[in-house]
This record gives sequence, structure tokens and C-alpha cells, in this order.
Amino acid sequence: MNWKMGKATREAFGQALAALGADYPDIVVVDGDVGNSTRTELFGKKYPERFFNVGIAESNMVGVAGGLASSGKRAWLSSFAAFVMCNAYDQLRMSIAFPNLDVKVVGTHAGISIGEDGPSQMGIEDVSLACSLPNFTVIVPADEVSMTAAVQAVAKIRTPVYLRAGRPNVPIVYPDGCSFEIGKAIPLREGSDVTVIANGLMVAAALQAAETLAGMGVQTRVLDMHTVKPLDDAAVLKAARETGKIVVAEEHLLHGGLGSVVAMSVARQHPVPMRFVGINDTFAESGTPEGLLQKYGLTADAIVQKVRELVGK
Amino acid sequence: MSASTAKANVEQLREKLRTIRKGIITSTTAAGSGHPTSSLSAAEMTTALFFAGFLRFDPKNPSWPQRDRFILSKGHAAPLLYAVMAEAGYFPASELNTLRKLGSPLEGHPNLRRLPGIEASTGSLGQGLSLGVGHALAVKLDRFDSNVFVLLGDGEVGEGQVWEAVMSAAKYKLDNLIAIVDQNGYQQTGATKEVLDLTPLAPKFEAFGWVSQEIEGNSLENCIAALQKAVQAKGSGKPQVIISKTVKGYPISHLLGNDPNHHGKPLTAEQATKVLEFLETTTA
Ligand SMILES: Cc1ncc(C[n+]2csc(CCOP(=O)(O)OP(=O)(O)O)c2C)c(N)n1
Ligand SMILES: [Mg+2]
Repeated sequence: MNWKMGKATREAFGQALAALGADYPDIVVVDGDVGNSTRTELFGKKYPERFFNVGIAESNMVGVAGGLASSGKRAWLSSFAAFVMCNAYDQLRMSIAFPNLDVKVVGTHAGISIGEDGPSQMGIEDVSLACSLPNFTVIVPADEVSMTAAVQAVAKIRTPVYLRAGRPNVPIVYPDGCSFEIGKAIPLREGSDVTVIANGLMVAAALQAAETLAGMGVQTRVLDMHTVKPLDDAAVLKAARETGKIVVAEEHLLHGGLGSVVAMSVARQHPVPMRFVGINDTFAESGTPEGLLQKYGLTADAIVQKVRELVGK
Repeated sequence: MSASTAKANVEQLREKLRTIRKGIITSTTAAGSGHPTSSLSAAEMTTALFFAGFLRFDPKNPSWPQRDRFILSKGHAAPLLYAVMAEAGYFPASELNTLRKLGSPLEGHPNLRRLPGIEASTGSLGQGLSLGVGHALAVKLDRFDSNVFVLLGDGEVGEGQVWEAVMSAAKYKLDNLIAIVDQNGYQQTGATKEVLDLTPLAPKFEAFGWVSQEIEGNSLENCIAALQKAVQAKGSGKPQVIISKTVKGYPISHLLGNDPNHHGKPLTAEQATKVLEFLETTTA
């Protein structure tokens, strides 16, 4: 397929957040010494008085955001997905989720596509952890267009959100804009033989896989399931009923991610055969983003393989 | 040791330091990513630690129970650790250029499961000193006289866990634990003075029951003297900290343009060529 390469979703996030600053004078942003990586520095440069860099101290960062939100501010905070989710989980639980505060948590450098920095910097469990926080909405946009729309959409709600962003530039999946609604899957391609449900950078891979599969006579439906929680059960039910087979693809550990959540929905509503593309219970390693996606099976080819297993071709 | 042999030894160390600095530059430039300036600022200290007789280790038997431990808590300075380990004979120096490549055990941050000799998997800042406390407790339980050295960044000490470890080390009177803070004055987003100013650091450690030394750390002689004092504290019942004031990117920061932090950026091929020429001859 002929993709137009777009920005990284972290860049789109940083730009969208900076742009929101004018509409929402009560937005405040907390950083943990990584604003030049997460791109919240764009907001910080525009609104220095509303930007707080607390240093390398993620649990404090989360608590400070909780305090700001408790006092009525619209608090945003951002760090690498691995550090904010794993280093500050109890603070996310006790100081944000439990009191149900208006804090938008943005985890950047998610997945293995960060590449060379290696496993210590790769958030591969963040979606699972975020889904385990009651009151949290969990969103994994696929490209710059949907990230921008997601930032604007979550700014309107006053409850906790986890938004996942990636490091590398990714193809534009929505060249003509995207009608983004929290909790509503976006159908990207129609098909009656099988459905591929994906999010993040696996959406582009799913579309590419669908193209290959079409050449084999397999008509593949592709859904961008950007919102993992609350899940669009209706779209899952429709896919299960109408295509009878589902493959889920995500740049995340298989345990507890989108695949687990969709599988529960399928099991509850309309069981059909399923396959899963994701990271299989392992840490990754250093390497190029492409090399790692290949090695750990997060490619269009991997999706094609799983679909072929299901349709018997 | 006579004064003249001590001097000869420092000359040998200086040659090792030169090799290590060059290894940091060539490996990160070959990788196209990494943290050369964070690695360079602590090169004198790490060279002194490994090669002036302070760290007992055996590359042929990396998990020798009586060994001393070195934990790189500021894991992004992995290129420094790898260059030192190559010089120490853990693996051939030619492997340095596999840094960060798929299949290489020389990952972007240290991974103890992949490279024997690495004491701790680090890269999420703030965790190394707690591991050091654990090691120090274990060797005491085993009645070994091993020392445990932990190298931290001056931005890293903003993590609360570091201070939790500081408190437990004092509680357990870990006089075999030596923390070194590489005080290069910068962290990722800017000067530590602006991001989170924790200076003066020494009184903070002292308040928790540690003994501190403050040194100018880009000097082999100063590092040797400070390490000497720290290991002689055995029996005092007090953990030791060396606040090592350094320059991030020493001694090449003047060749890197006008960003004194130059955090997490490898040198371009042209920069590297110039810098390697400079390192070949500098007496700094
Ligand atoms: C828990 C955690 N938060 C954030 C980061 C990202 N990060 C990597 S290096 C760095 C700055 C470190 O500064 P300092 O400790 O002073 O080390 P220096 O590079 O100056 O030696 C940051 C914030 C990280 N690796 N771990
Ligand atoms: Mg520093």
C-alpha cells in the first residue's frame, strides 16, 4: 500500500496539547524530566506558568497531578509508558483512579518500536495496567490524525484517561480526517470472511494484511479499536456475527491487552474462533524498530498468517 | 608502593582511560544512538574503580561470590560500562561496535541476563542503590569482605527510591556500600539547578547517617584518593558516598557545539573523527 508517512503519535500529542492551552485556561501539565521526548515541552514553552517539571520522580509527578486535579485543574501528565505506568502504579491507583480525578495520563515510547534503547524503556504492559484501573478510559491511537482527535476528545471529559503514544513516525491511516468518538471502533475496511481488530501501529499493518489477503480471495474487515476501555462491544458482536472469525493485533503483551479484552467480549456475546498477534510473554531487546517488529511478529505478514490459520487457506 | 611506581600506574591508567573514552565515542556513533556525554563524565571514576585495584573481579568467573560489585544505576551510561568491561577482558573490544544492534548482548541499557559481569539490569532510573543495599546485605550474611559500588546520576537522585535506599543502608550500617553520584550538573531536559536542584547533596546524605566526600571527579588522582578513603571506612558502620563533581561530556564538550548537555545524542561521523583525534593526544 502507498502510505504517506506521518508524524509520531507523541509529536501529534504534544502539538495537540499545546494547541488546547488557549481553549482551556485550566489545563496544567506535569513532566518528569522527559518533556523533550514526550513533547509536552511544546505546551511548556507556550505556557510556562502552567507547566511543572518535577524532575525524575514519576510517583511524585502522578501525585502532584492528582492534587492539581483535586483543586479543579484539568491535569495532564506524561512520561515514557514504562516509567509512568510501572513506577507510579500505586499513585495512579490511589491518587487518581480511586478518587476518579480529571487526570490525563499520556504514556509515550510505548511498545517495542522505540528500537535501540531496549527493553528497560519499552512499555509493553501499560495497556493491561491501565485497564486494571477502575474509572480509567484507555485509548491507543493509530496515527497523528486520530491522536489529535483523541486529545481533543478526552479534553472534554473530566475523568481519568490513559492515552498511549509511540516514538517512531508512523503512516497516516486517516488521510481524510477521522470521526473519532471515545468507545466507538472505526471501520476502515469492509469484509465478510474475517475481521482484524487492531490499534496503535498495528492498524496500518492490518490494512496492509487485508490487501494481501484480498489477493488470496479473503475479504477482511478491519476495525481500528482505538478505545480499549470502554470496549465497543457492539462492533465486536457485529464482527463476530457477520464474519465468524476474529484476529486481534496489538503492539503489547498478549496477556491483558486488547486481545484479552476483545476475547472476553466475544466469549460473552458470540463465541467465534480467534487468533492473536502481540508480544508473547517476553521482554524484547535492542535493535532497529523494523528489525524488532519483524522478530517479535508484529507485522502485516504475521496477521496474514493468523488469518490463514482461521480461514484454512 | 613508591611514589614513582604510583606515578607509572597512573600513566597506565591514563592509557586505559583513553581507550575507554574512544570506545564510548566509536560505539555510540556506530550505533547511531546512545548517551556519550553521560558516559564520559564518569569515565575517570569508573576507570579508577576497575583498574586501580579497588574492584576485585574476574572476567573468567564473573559470578565469583567474593567479588566486589559495581552497579551502574544510571543505566543509560551503558557505553561506559561496556568500554570498561572490554578493557577488563570480559569480551573482545571489537564487540563494542555491535552496541544496540539486534542480537548483541550490548543492549541500549545493561541487561544482566545477556552479558556476564553485569550486576544489575538498569535503565529505569532510581533503582540501583536499593539493589546495592541488597548485595551489601548478602555479602555481609555470607561474611565476605566484598564492597558494593553504585554509580548514580545527579538527576537520578530525584527519584524517591534513592532516598529510601539511603535510609536502609544507614539502618543496616552498610559500610561496604559506596555510592558515587556523578554530579555533572545536567539531566535530560536541562541543568539540574533548574529542573530539580538538590545541591548541596553531601549534607542530605550526611543527615541520613552516611559519610560523604566531595571531589572534582574528572581526575584519576582525585577518584583514586576518594575511593581509597571510602574503602578504608570498613568497620565504621557507615555507608559512604562520593559526590563526584564532573563535566558532562568531559573532555570533549567544547567540540560538541553549544549544548553543554548534549544528552542522549551520539556524535556524527565527522564530529567523532575530530573528537577521536583530540582524545588521541589530550592529556586531560
Ligand atoms: C525512571 C526513569 N525516568 C526517566 C528516564 C529517562 N531518562 C533517561 S536519562 C535521564 C536523565 C538522567 O540524568 P542524570 O541522572 O543526571 O544522568 P546524566 O545523563 O546527566 O549522567 C532521563 C530523565 C529513565 N531512564 N528512567
Ligand atoms: Mg547528570
